Amino acid sequence: MIRTAWLVLKKDLTVEVRSLEIAYTTLFFAVSCVLFFAFALVKEGKAPEDGAAGILWIAIAFGGTLALGRAFERERQSETLRALLMAPAARPAIYVGKLLGIVALLAAAEVVLVPLVAFLFQAPLLSHPFWLAAVLLSGTIGFAAVGTLFSAMLVRARSRDVLLPVLLYPITVPVIIAGVRATAALLQPDVELALVRFWVALLIALDVVFVTLALWTFEPLMTD
Amino acid sequence: MPKWFVPLAAVTALMFAGSPFLIANAPYEATMGLVQKIFYYHLPSAWVFLLSAIVCGIASARFLFGGSPRQDRLAYAAAELTVLFGAIVLVTGPLWARKAWGVWWQWDVRLTSSLMGWMVAWAYLLVRKYGGPGSDKLAAGLALFGMANVPFVYISVNYWRTIHPATSVVPTLPVDMGVALWFAVGCFLLLFVLLLRLRVYLEEQRARLDALYLSLDE
Amino acid sequence: MRVLVFLFLFLSSPAMAQQPAPDQSQQPKQTDEFVPISQLPAQDQLPAAPLLVTAYAFVWVVLFAYVVSVGRRLTKVQNEVERLESDIAKRT
Repeated sequence: MIRTAWLVLKKDLTVEVRSLEIAYTTLFFAVSCVLFFAFALVKEGKAPEDGAAGILWIAIAFGGTLALGRAFERERQSETLRALLMAPAARPAIYVGKLLGIVALLAAAEVVLVPLVAFLFQAPLLSHPFWLAAVLLSGTIGFAAVGTLFSAMLVRARSRDVLLPVLLYPITVPVIIAGVRATAALLQPDVELALVRFWVALLIALDVVFVTLALWTFEPLMTD
Repeated sequence: MPKWFVPLAAVTALMFAGSPFLIANAPYEATMGLVQKIFYYHLPSAWVFLLSAIVCGIASARFLFGGSPRQDRLAYAAAELTVLFGAIVLVTGPLWARKAWGVWWQWDVRLTSSLMGWMVAWAYLLVRKYGGPGSDKLAAGLALFGMANVPFVYISVNYWRTIHPATSVVPTLPVDMGVALWFAVGCFLLLFVLLLRLRVYLEEQRARLDALYLSLDE
Repeated sequence: MRVLVFLFLFLSSPAMAQQPAPDQSQQPKQTDEFVPISQLPAQDQLPAAPLLVTAYAFVWVVLFAYVVSVGRRLTKVQNEVERLESDIAKRT
């Protein structure tokens, strides 16, 4: 099973690295998001100091939605998803492979987004890199877990571009809230590590619930 | 109209007609006074809202893993009722809150997660209506995630410090308040069963219509 | 089996998150003296009756509207079913 997941991941990364289309467009979109929010919220030439955490996570969520749509659109165009499903591979393994691909993509975007947000908002995002990485990773996994499942389901549906946010955003509200709270806690002048630990624990619990639910329902949802 | 409808509707209507008397007789609460009486409809509709989400989730799971169209019809009906009773909760609550807390809305855990659960139910209806073929399974998957939210909504108010009253309020109610409350709970549960069965009946008739159209084509 | 694992992990997550629950909400100001309501300035006094009436009225109206909506949809479908069935009967 792990081998199948690894193969799916390798396939996705190979295809992506050839053109880097999704990586560049997602990154550009996420950066534009950050800039848009910065401009919209600027007062007297200064961006709001507390906006950094929220804006970072909004950029991740919006960029992630775009990436999910594009990634599965690519599958649909080449009909590779049907081929994957017909292969004698465990369905949950296919899900895990695609999930890891999306997480890798978003992580690459975050590597650029975090310094950008830190720079634009003078926010000490990099003061606790280990904890920030934990927050970002657990939050991204939670978001991507639900997103991958729904995107895969929507590949054959009508109005799929509109429906993905409709399905995805209400469910991922707890992930976004926890991510923003945890990041905001890390930005305080004297960081309360207990508070950050609490939010990270909640994020991990959410990840477990979402990934388990997704693994359980992937098979029946992908069969006709 | 199916046979059970009129008697069940009559009983429900009578009970609802009787509830305001019990509610008026219940004692006033110390700090909130008259406005607290919204509680007797707010809490039962909240329970029915959560119950409906659970029914939708279980029916969706049985539909996904068993393929029974009956479960699918049940899930669709339950989702619509989740939106209905959720709307009641989310309107009566702020009306009460305006007086009791001084604000219409607060972004605390209970309110935020309830609003989120309500939106998931809306998303279910949107997907069923505009999703095209295969949308029944899509929506079923969504309903499962929505059901996972329900325990969180219930216990959130006990684990986080929030402005919303904790779940310990109900077991510790004085008798006069308890009578009014549990009577209202009975009303709402009967109403839920009535509306659910009615809505499922509508879906069954729709399925019958589809089958007729299909047989016409042959 | 998977269901049990999932249930266990889900139920243990509040335990995992059982760090001191942070004070996230702004509590209303703590009362340290009681003021009779007649002494409050007029704009702070909020009559409860309109809120109560609106709440109950909303419940009734929404429930009634829903029943009417279902009833209307039901008659429409039933009329169509009858029409189709008579069409089929006429053909056969």
